[in-house]
Amino acid sequence: MTEKKDTKVKKVAIICAKASIEDVYATLVMANGAVMEGMEAKVFFTFFGLDAITKKYMNKLHTSTVGNPGMRMPGGLPFPTLLGLIPGVETGVSAMMRGQMDKLDIPPVDEFLDMITAGGGEIYACKLAMDMFKLEKKDLSDHVIDVITIGEFYNMAGGEGSQIIFT
Amino acid sequence: MAQKNYAGVTIEVTEEGYLVDSSKWNESIAKEIAKEEGIELTDKHIAVLKFIRENQSGLTIRKVGKSGIVDIKGFYDLFPGGPLKLSSKIAGINKPTSCV
Repeated sequence: MTEKKDTKVKKVAIICAKASIEDVYATLVMANGAVMEGMEAKVFFTFFGLDAITKKYMNKLHTSTVGNPGMRMPGGLPFPTLLGLIPGVETGVSAMMRGQMDKLDIPPVDEFLDMITAGGGEIYACKLAMDMFKLEKKDLSDHVIDVITIGEFYNMAGGEGSQIIFT
Repeated sequence: MAQKNYAGVTIEVTEEGYLVDSSKWNESIAKEIAKEEGIELTDKHIAVLKFIRENQSGLTIRKVGKSGIVDIKGFYDLFPGGPLKLSSKIAGINKPTSCV
């Protein structure tokens, strides 16, 4: 019989490729949760995920009101997809969602990055996606340590008790 | 439930070492719990612990960062390796349930 050995998670490397509120916040909550537990956390933002670290967009993220089966009206009735098509509805719903989060002491994206980096977490941007969206380092939050390739990110994601998470 | 001896008093603690009855807490007890965690308490630590005790419901790292006593970076420096959990344990309050 082999002896069962549990290795604690010591490091998380999180990759965020989407820009919706829920995807970005899942990433930020996991990264912050890791540093709060004394673990190492490194986050790699790529493709639309770059919105979360782009100064212009980071605090104006949206959630999708179209094709989102989890979306409900206040009170719990289903949210008609057609309603989500009306201009301004997605913006309103997104603002409402951010307001709800603020009540729970979940900070806006820029402040969340402050918290994660204050705890030693590291933020990286994907070089390929930056080239694709014609972004430069100066367009990004000052919390971004470097613009790197996925290969370089993998190289810093190893070690005993480390996990790579894709959101 | 376990029992621990801090500052000459026997106190009930949870499996993870958090005080069961927060009203039994005092600064001498805090000093001894801190020592177990490898932390030597300064006046700054004590100020943070008092803030935490007064604001224990819905306590988050963000709230401590806005306390005016310490910023978030400073909070991590005071209680390295898990500031909210460590400070709650040393402040004699329940284990924090917040994800932020």
